[in-house]
Parts: sequence; C-alpha cells; structure tokens
Amino acid sequence: MIDHCRQVFLEEGDELLAELEIALLELEQSPADGGLVDRIFRALHTIKGSSAMFGYDGVAAFSHEMETVFDLVRDGGISVSRDLVALTLQARDLLKEMLLLPVANSAALEGRARQLIDSFRMMVPVEAELALPEPGTGASVPAALTSFLIRYSAGRDTFRMGANPVHLFNELRMLGECRVRALTEAIPALEELEPTFCYLSWEIELATECGLDAIRDVFIFADYDEVEIVPLETVANDVGAAEVLAASDAPIATSGEAAVEGPVYEAISSIRVSAGKLDSLVNLVGELVTVQARLTQTAAGRDDHNLLALAEELERLTGDLRDNTLSIRMLPIGSTFSRLRRLVHDLAGELGKEIDLVTEGGETELDKTVIEKLADPLVHLIRNCIDHGIETPAVREAAGKSRLGRLRLTAIHSGDCVQISISDDGKGIDRDVLRARAVERGVIPTGAVLSDTELLNLIFTPGLSTTTMITNVSGRGVGMDVVRKGVDLLRGAITVASSKGEGTTFTLRIPLTLAIIESLLVRVGNESYVLPLSLVEECIELSRADVARSNGRHLVNVRGAIVPYIPLRQRFGVVDQAPDREQVVITEVEGKRVGLVVDQVIGEHQTVIKSLGRVFRDVAGLSGATILGDGAVALILDVPQIVHAEELAECGA
Amino acid sequence: MRPYETDHSVKGERDMQDGAAAETTQYLTFKLANEVFALDIGKVREVLDFTAVTRIPGTPDFMRGVINLRGSVVPVVDMRLKFGMPAIDQGVNTCIIIVEITVDGETTVLGAMADAVQEVLDLDPDRIEPAPRIGTRLNINFIRGMGKRDDQFIIILDIDKIFSLAELTTVLDLEGEEKAAANS
Repeated sequence: MIDHCRQVFLEEGDELLAELEIALLELEQSPADGGLVDRIFRALHTIKGSSAMFGYDGVAAFSHEMETVFDLVRDGGISVSRDLVALTLQARDLLKEMLLLPVANSAALEGRARQLIDSFRMMVPVEAELALPEPGTGASVPAALTSFLIRYSAGRDTFRMGANPVHLFNELRMLGECRVRALTEAIPALEELEPTFCYLSWEIELATECGLDAIRDVFIFADYDEVEIVPLETVANDVGAAEVLAASDAPIATSGEAAVEGPVYEAISSIRVSAGKLDSLVNLVGELVTVQARLTQTAAGRDDHNLLALAEELERLTGDLRDNTLSIRMLPIGSTFSRLRRLVHDLAGELGKEIDLVTEGGETELDKTVIEKLADPLVHLIRNCIDHGIETPAVREAAGKSRLGRLRLTAIHSGDCVQISISDDGKGIDRDVLRARAVERGVIPTGAVLSDTELLNLIFTPGLSTTTMITNVSGRGVGMDVVRKGVDLLRGAITVASSKGEGTTFTLRIPLTLAIIESLLVRVGNESYVLPLSLVEECIELSRADVARSNGRHLVNVRGAIVPYIPLRQRFGVVDQAPDREQVVITEVEGKRVGLVVDQVIGEHQTVIKSLGRVFRDVAGLSGATILGDGAVALILDVPQIVHAEELAECGA
Repeated sequence: MRPYETDHSVKGERDMQDGAAAETTQYLTFKLANEVFALDIGKVREVLDFTAVTRIPGTPDFMRGVINLRGSVVPVVDMRLKFGMPAIDQGVNTCIIIVEITVDGETTVLGAMADAVQEVLDLDPDRIEPAPRIGTRLNINFIRGMGKRDDQFIIILDIDKIFSLAELTTVLDLEGEEKAAANS
C-alpha cells in the first residue's frame, strides 16, 4: 500500500518537475509575468509538502529553500534574470535526481544542494540580505500591524469541488483579528437558484502582523476564485476602515500582483491507468470487432429479423466502444513539443547558437505508444537541425539573415495520418558535399545518376555524415539512421526537402492508429481489399462504354470535373475478364482526387489491422492485412503509395 | 517419434516441441513431387491442411500469398516453385508446414507448402553426409546435408537460408512487365 502511494507520489513529482521546467523556460521569455512565478512557487510548494509526507527529507528541505528564493522573487527582492532561470533549472534537475534515489537517501546530493543554495544567495541584493531568513524557519519579514481589505469571490463550483470557504476564513483568523462580511447580492431568486452553485462573495478586514505573503499563502490553492488583497493604511479603529472600504473601488496592485485569477478551465477529474491494462483493452476490442463483423455477416445470411436487429445494435455499440477505447490512448503531442523545448534551450546554449523554437498544432492527438516512439526520432532530428542546419549568429549575420535562427515544429492531421514537420531556416543540405561523401564511402558509384529525392534520402544511410567535425552532439552518421528506423517501426514515412542557404524541412507521416480503422471493402478479381474510409469521397459506376469513350486515357467525368483513375485490375495483374460494370472509388489524397477502379464495392468494414510482416513490408501499395468476417484475408491498400507509384510510372521515371 | 503413414497427409494440426539442442537429430520429412526433403523439427511449429491463400500482388510466383492462422497473417511459400519444379494444383495431401525462423534476432513465422508430409525421422549425425556441390540442381546454400533413410537419400534443408529476407523479398513491378510486354 505504502509502495503504491509512493509510486503515485513519484509520478506526480515527475509531472510537477516537468511543469516547473516549462514554467521556467517560459519565464525566461517573459520575465515580468507574475503568473509564471506563482506557478513555479505552487509547484515547489506542492513538492515540498508531499515529499515531506513520504520521508524524502532532503527533497523537502531543498525545495523549501527554493520556495524561499521564489518568495523573494514574488516580492521583487530578486529580479528574474537568465542566470536565475539557469540556476533554478539546475536546481530542478537536482530535485529530479533526488527523487530517483531509493527512499530518501539524498545525502550524496546534499553537497550539490548546498552549492546551489549559496549561488542563490549571491543573487540576493545586499539590502534584502538581512531579510533572508535562516534556512528552515521560512518566516516572512515581521512587520507592524497592518490592516488589509480582502475581497474574495468564491468560484461557482466551489461547493461542488468540496471546498468550504469557512476553512479559509479560519486560517485568516489565525493571522490576526478578522471581520468577515458576506455579500449576497449575487444570489438569484429561488426559482433560478442552483443549490450546488456558490453565489457568495465576502469582504474581510484583517489586521495582522504577518504581512501580505502570509495572506496570499492562505489563498494559494484558490485557483477558481477571485481574490483581491488591498493593504489599508495602518488604522486604529474600525471607523477608518469602513471609510476606506467605501472610498476604494479599484484594488491597488502591490508588487505587481494583488488580484489572483484562477485559470479558466473546468476541473477534469482524472485517473491513472497502467498502459498494460489499456493495451489488453484495445486487443480485446479488436477481437470483439472481428467477431461482431462475422456475426453481422452471418445474420445477413439468415432471414431472421430479430437477429438482424440485434446484430445492428451490436454493431453500433461496438463502434462506439472502439472509438472510445482508441481515444483513451490519444494524447496531444504538445507535451512532447514542450519537452523538446528544454533540449533546444540547452543545445543552443551549448553550441553557441541563438534559436527560436516555434510550435504549431500541439493539440494534435496521437496514440500514446506512437508519441513515445516518436520522441527519439524527433530528438535526433532536432539535434541535426541545430548542429548542422542552423548557423552561428555570426555566420548568419554575414549571410544577411537574422541572428536568431528559427526552428519550426508543426503537427497536423492529414487523412488518417498525422503529419509532423521539423524545419529550420539554416544553411540547407549541400548536395555536392553529400554526393562526394557518398561516393567516398562507396554508398553510390561515382557516375551514378540520382534524382534529387534519391540524393537527399542518402542522408539516412548509416555511417554517412557530411560534417568534418564530430561534436558530442552528432557527426558520426548515426542519428538519421535511427530516425528512419524509428519511423519505419511506426509504419510511417519520412521525406526531406532542402534549399541551399535557406533551410531544411523534414516531414514525417505517421498513421493515426496502430489498431483499428473504418474502411471500405472492395473486390478486385478473386481477392478482397480494404481502403481507409476517411479517404473515400464517393463511388461511381464505370461501364465499358465509358472506358471506350475515353480512348485509353484513364480519365472519368464526375459531374463536370475530370478525375483520373487507376485500374487496380491492371495494377495487381489480374488476368481474367473484367466485369461489364466496374466501380470507381473516388478518393482524395493530398488534396487531389483520384479514382480506383474495382470490380465491386461490398460495403463498410471495421478493419483490425494486422501487419503483413517483414517479408512483405516493401511491397508497394499495401499497408497491412485484415481478417474478414468469413475468415478470409483482405489486404489493406495504401492509397497514397499507389497514386505515387502511378505518377512515377506515367512520368517514365 | 510419431510415424505417419507414408503418402497420406497429416490431418489437423500438431504442435512440435522446441526442445532441440544444436545437435538435433529429429527431422520432419515431406515430399515435393517425387523427392523427399527434411526439415529440422526444432523449426517446425505445426502442420496445417491447405487452406485458402490470399495472393499478394507484386510478389514473385513462389510467394503464394498469406493465410489466416488463428487471427495472424502468415506468408506462404510454394516450395516447388522456389526449387524450380513445375507448379501443380493442390492435391488432397497438400499441406502447409508452419515454420519459425529467426533472422537478426527477429522471429518470423512462415508457411511452406508441401505435397505431403511423411514422418518424424531420427537421424544420427554420422548418417548425415555433406551436400554434394553439384548434382542436386538446388542452390547449395539451401542444403544442410544429405540424410539416409533405409536406402533413400533425403535432402535436409536449411530453412533459415531458404527463407532469408533476401530470398523472399524480391518484388516485381507488374506494371513494368506489362509495359514491356505491350511494347515488344
């Protein structure tokens, strides 16, 4: 039991440290943003609390020190600077290491902790030095008795969250003398009253010695509420306070922050589930889908209306179950992008380059395992861009570019794939150097004629590198090979485009799910095939007359528009006579409409994807197989590949 | 050892034990046309009746296609065509021997078509002779050795070599062939 709780603590600790890192990197970009400082403070505060609970004393003590430092930052005692952020990032890394050590034994790291604390102390300006408390006490600067006017509006969902404002008032009472007044204007008439909502706000007068920070700390977890803290002139009697109350409308900002607004989002309760359980669930759903398809087929063969109705109902439910289950494993890629920020930040610093990382499409969702497997290739690609692509500021300036190099990461859904691109505005790939290197290494013969694409794809050859220097970041010619293998494992594809002097773009296309897709079942010759329904626009008939009319050109007229088609019978080498009436399945691929001619369109089919294995991996036009309801195997068509191959064939390439 | 009647197929499936050491002496014998071949039993998973095979376009003739093996998609190789023998229609005894081979640490399951499966044979190493360099009309790499049963020679196959990726992944460009045929 304890172990389970500790596991949860460690996982949450990880998340908090990740959040801390993100906030710190953002703070470097926007040093004046007090909200970020608060986020950092909250994260440290939570780490301190929970680590103390689980006996990680070293962690608790150290995070307490950092909390104190950021307290001073909040007050303006220490200004936010690159050095502060760098130091705090180091401290965060130390915390992470401390958490990894088996149960609370962080004595070994304490030396480093002390060093960091000393460095932090150096940042504190001399006058405030006096105010810096002894480590371990954490008390705020004692002040004379000050009166504060606090306006507190509880969020609507306060009661539903299980919070009770009275607890807050009791905590305030511990700070000093307190007078609480409830404001009831917002309560609606009884008919409109929603009993679970909180319509109340309060005005509280508090006379305390403890200072503004102590009051802020009371409300530290009041995310969803609005709090305004206004210090009044030190007043001797209540009358004075009441006057000030009436007179002041707007709150006076103190040290940049008096109003604390919570993030505007509904609290989503969540639950942790082990990935293994999810995998079994997805497998079971896959099997269920297959059996349900067979049931539907069997029911269609009988003449039993009840059975048919039940089969339909089951189909609908199975579809919902499948959609829900697959979406459980979908996560936004933004979290990966954020982790990469740290890498870019550190790498840029290490290599002396100035880099601006721009991300787009962070909300694009991918299956969890896909995201995990993508992390490595992305890291290698970014390393490549920063090390080889983007030039040093001096070189860039000389070339007339801005000193700041730009690295763009984008993710977008495209059909049933996700397209991720990494582009830099660096110096691009030097094709001559690449060619020379490849010939030198014996990868290609001297006189070889290669298309531009083939030439650029050489960069993925293991052992091939165009740099003369090997840094500890790259240069051994290993990274790109890892990228390609990684992308292959995900059944994806990677292409590279590059322009000398202007930059390079890597584009990865990864299928969205590894498991189940909605598809259209068709027949060509004696075999059945499926293609993703998301690509299909419509199906039209193609008669012999139509074919004759187009004089051997594979074009068809669809309501006035010309659509090219690919006769799959020819493509697949089917020798027997085609039926009189064939069907053209009009698909849209990369913005273009292409028809695929099949003998028959059978209908929709929920496809559980089975890999064809290594033996057939290189067969063009197929991306897998599936088992049909009657046990037969149907092949899954890779439409973009088929179209692409046809394009190449017609160009005579 | 489980003897089977010669020339009658094995009905149903049989799981083979994979307890073989490097010096395995047990082999599964099978027939292709009139010749008898043998496979290391350690590589054999099961034997199936011939079932419907789904052809994969763009693959050589000896790649018959894939079958559904309890939910998995397994490739099937026509051994006759691989060895340059003429193809025949499936007979009542035709079966698929499911083998497991390991290449580069990766295990692949494949099916090999045979005209008939015979028996499991115990062969001592001293009853196995090295393969003759000529005369078998087969790629010498495919042969591990020649075994003797009574007075008959049995060609012991090296299934890893026959089913190596290089051997199996020759991909044909059907369109290209068609165009060549049309132009000639």
